[in-house]
Amino acid sequence: MNFSDFTVPVLIAGVLIYGLIKKTDVFAEFTEGVKEGLRTVYDIFPSLFCLVVSVGVFRASGASEAITGLIAPALSAVGFPPECGTLLILRPFSGSGSIAIFGQILADFEPDSFAGRVASVILGSSETTFYTLSVYFAAVKAKKTRYALAAALIGDITCALVSAAAVRLILS
Amino acid sequence: MMKWVMTGLILLSLVFAACTGRMSELSSAFLDECGNAVTLAMTLIGIIALWSGVMRVAQASGLTGKISKAAEPLLSRLFRGLKKGGTAMQYITLNITANILGLGNASTPFGIAAMREIEKEEHSTTPEKASDNMILLTVMNTASLQLIPTTAAAMRLAHGSADPMEILPCVWITSVASLTAALLAVSVLRRAGKRRI
Repeated sequence: MNFSDFTVPVLIAGVLIYGLIKKTDVFAEFTEGVKEGLRTVYDIFPSLFCLVVSVGVFRASGASEAITGLIAPALSAVGFPPECGTLLILRPFSGSGSIAIFGQILADFEPDSFAGRVASVILGSSETTFYTLSVYFAAVKAKKTRYALAAALIGDITCALVSAAAVRLILS
Repeated sequence: MMKWVMTGLILLSLVFAACTGRMSELSSAFLDECGNAVTLAMTLIGIIALWSGVMRVAQASGLTGKISKAAEPLLSRLFRGLKKGGTAMQYITLNITANILGLGNASTPFGIAAMREIEKEEHSTTPEKASDNMILLTVMNTASLQLIPTTAAAMRLAHGSADPMEILPCVWITSVASLTAALLAVSVLRRAGKRRI
């Protein structure tokens, strides 16, 4: 038992107790939220399905392994597990695609291996950068995005480097 | 863009399997992966339903509103030149707090509204050019602020992790580091751009 074990139970109980104090119909709201959650998965399922299948066949063909082998020396040099290379490549482009690749990494290397842990940290601490940039700037029809992409990518590169270092320091 | 990702992956797989003689593996992978996609969706339904339920209670009881209010002074220091308590600043705060709490559904509409409000408030003479505040908000959204990585944890559990949540401290450290790096990059590049003009 450690400190992070407390986070989720305490958070859930805390929110429910706060709701009761504020006289919210906690059960009705919760079930309404569950319905929304169900709809969320319903909405992402089509793209998730397509990417799980595409990424799955990509791995089965051996192409994924070949690409990983190609970029492995560069990644190993900075202390990054090469097994997570494909996740690193697809992460900024597609949320469903990264979930699909993440699932493959967990299946191939165990969630509690170095690669499995680094992949988990990457998925939990990065976003679909290119998708976000396009949605946000489209909202104001801004064509010149100046230094936005550079700054966002600096964040993503930091995420990759720090994730491996953090896992090595804290979890191994 | 996704059309390129999907066709690209499948086409590359076909060429690769043809060259290495793994066509039967490729063929059966199509069928296997359909099932995997459904299993994955089931895993996600569980955790997303739980989280949406908790967060719906937090919203209805006014808890998320309170958290937003607490975050506003800090955020208005980052976004220079926007009215304190103005509509733009309010949407920015809602967008960032929704991100932190993992309310994926809510954060994007708030973010888009915030972008439009920034545009209205700044009424720039060069509307095709993104303003510094717009870039700041967008870059903050490309860095993950989410406190609890629910999707990653649920999938770790589904794959038999002994401790799915053990990644929490690493996720926090990594998120803070990449957000700091992105914010530093924004402030340095912003100044570099001004000097050139």
